[in-house]
Amino acid sequence: MTAKRLRVLAIRTPEGVVFSVPLAGPFARFLACAVDFALITAVSMFAGSVLSIFGLLSRDLAKALATLSYFVVSLGYAIALEWGWRGQTVGKRLLRLRVVDAQGLRLQFHQVVVRNLLRYVDRLPLLYLVGGVAALISPRSQRLGDIAAGTVVARIEETGEPDLAQALGDKYNSLRSRPAIVARLRQRVSPAEASVALRAIMRREQIDPEPRARLFQEFAARFRTLADFPPETVEDISDEQFVRNVVDVVFRTRG
Amino acid sequence: MIIDLPRFVASERPYWDELEGLLEKMETDHQFSPDLAQARRFHYLYQRASADLCQISAFAVEPATRRYLESLVARAYGEINETRRGERKIRLVHWFVSVFPTVFRRRIGAFCVSLGLTVAGVAFGAAAIAIDPGAKPVLLPFPHLQGKPSERVAWEERHHGDEMSGRKAQFSTTLMTHNIQVSITALAMGMTFGFGTLVLLFYNGVILGAVSADYILDGQGKFLCGWLLPHGVIEIPAILVAGQAAFVLAQALIGHGASVPLAARFRRVVPDVVTLAYGLAVMLVWAGIMEAFFSQYHEPVLPYAVKISIGLAEFGGLCLLLTAGGRGWMETEAGS
Repeated sequence: MTAKRLRVLAIRTPEGVVFSVPLAGPFARFLACAVDFALITAVSMFAGSVLSIFGLLSRDLAKALATLSYFVVSLGYAIALEWGWRGQTVGKRLLRLRVVDAQGLRLQFHQVVVRNLLRYVDRLPLLYLVGGVAALISPRSQRLGDIAAGTVVARIEETGEPDLAQALGDKYNSLRSRPAIVARLRQRVSPAEASVALRAIMRREQIDPEPRARLFQEFAARFRTLADFPPETVEDISDEQFVRNVVDVVFRTRG
Repeated sequence: MIIDLPRFVASERPYWDELEGLLEKMETDHQFSPDLAQARRFHYLYQRASADLCQISAFAVEPATRRYLESLVARAYGEINETRRGERKIRLVHWFVSVFPTVFRRRIGAFCVSLGLTVAGVAFGAAAIAIDPGAKPVLLPFPHLQGKPSERVAWEERHHGDEMSGRKAQFSTTLMTHNIQVSITALAMGMTFGFGTLVLLFYNGVILGAVSADYILDGQGKFLCGWLLPHGVIEIPAILVAGQAAFVLAQALIGHGASVPLAARFRRVVPDVVTLAYGLAVMLVWAGIMEAFFSQYHEPVLPYAVKISIGLAEFGGLCLLLTAGGRGWMETEAGS
């Protein structure tokens, strides 16, 4: 039986604040791993050809250095980068992933080392089969190395400031003259519903006309059930404008 | 409570920026240690950001602001609540001569399990060769060990180790890297509840026992000691240390009789596992150098007595390191 997979890791601080870390799935991690593998191979080949210069002095020395460089690069690459780049390798950077402590604390050097040493068991019998199965079974998508090290791989999300003015504009909003309805909406519209509606408004230009109309029709139908709207606040305006009015009063107050 | 988001963001932004600046400094500069005033300010900014997050969490706020604040609070939380000793400056020599022996002694029980399995394998391998010499091709599937030991000794003593000429460095690095990879695999197999490590250690012991018995029964005990001791006295204990680390992991995984959850058990043992891994890697580098540049030379180039003496001296040094290393450091640690 597999435990239910978590999409976010929620951490409650002693102050009672809850923050969440979005978790990366096994497939994104596998892609990052493939990028890293390709890079390790390329760097090792490059190092091997550079070190072949030592063949002028001694062929034995050149071969020894090539063997050593491949070993150091393949074992040390992830350890050095994850430690130096706070949980990221090149593959993880490209896929916007980061290794973080499972308790939200600072990532420690020994955690980085252990999760990378245990790749030797995770990649058995081939292509990270053991680690992949472990990540699929684990509720936090942890391979064996992550379980031992107490780490998870998180997705990095955009953390820019919202541009509400651009999204909502400064048009006349008939709901603003109805404080009771505004208060009721702020009470009843859930954060998730409001977020989805705002995203829809922000991306409306990217949606084809027909699905766009259908989408805002559904939003409008949902919001109309949350309060008793006087006819003049809902008549003669499109579903899209109505949704924008609702989102506007939920997110913004004006003095 | 109703939030005017743009005003809220505008009024709190300077505090968030200040907190982010401090976090950048802490995360990028591993040597950074805030003074009392900076620490107080950092704590205040963290509490303020936490309060802001609390304030907006209950209301329908644009998701980007919430994510930004969550990320900020998460980073600050990690810095403030981290109580484990950070390896801000890694002192490799100190780690090897003080920390490694201390950890080795702390986890001596796991080492004994590792040693016991290897000894059982040695006894099995030696008994198998002594009782049934026909089992040699099965027990030792390596072409260079298939012949009669006395013939090999005669050949080695005739060729003065010339066959290694021109490829010693390559041989040495191949041995080091191969042995380190095998040891890391043995260590990682601890996550199979120790079963994989158990098989690896026992099999390694079987090979060692079979080779030893083969040479001793053929009257080549002196050659065997001269051949194996210079590198084996370090290499074999290194593999035992890998097994020790694996059983430390397996013990945490099984958690028999433990009252703490799995994550907490791993959190306790992982620093020790890394220290043991580091120690065994250093030991295997030394063993690789000795095997390529020393062990492959036999009489008359190097008298067996010299090779055996050097092997015994190395073993004495290793025992001294593991039993006495870090005693002073431990007392200092206990005091602090």
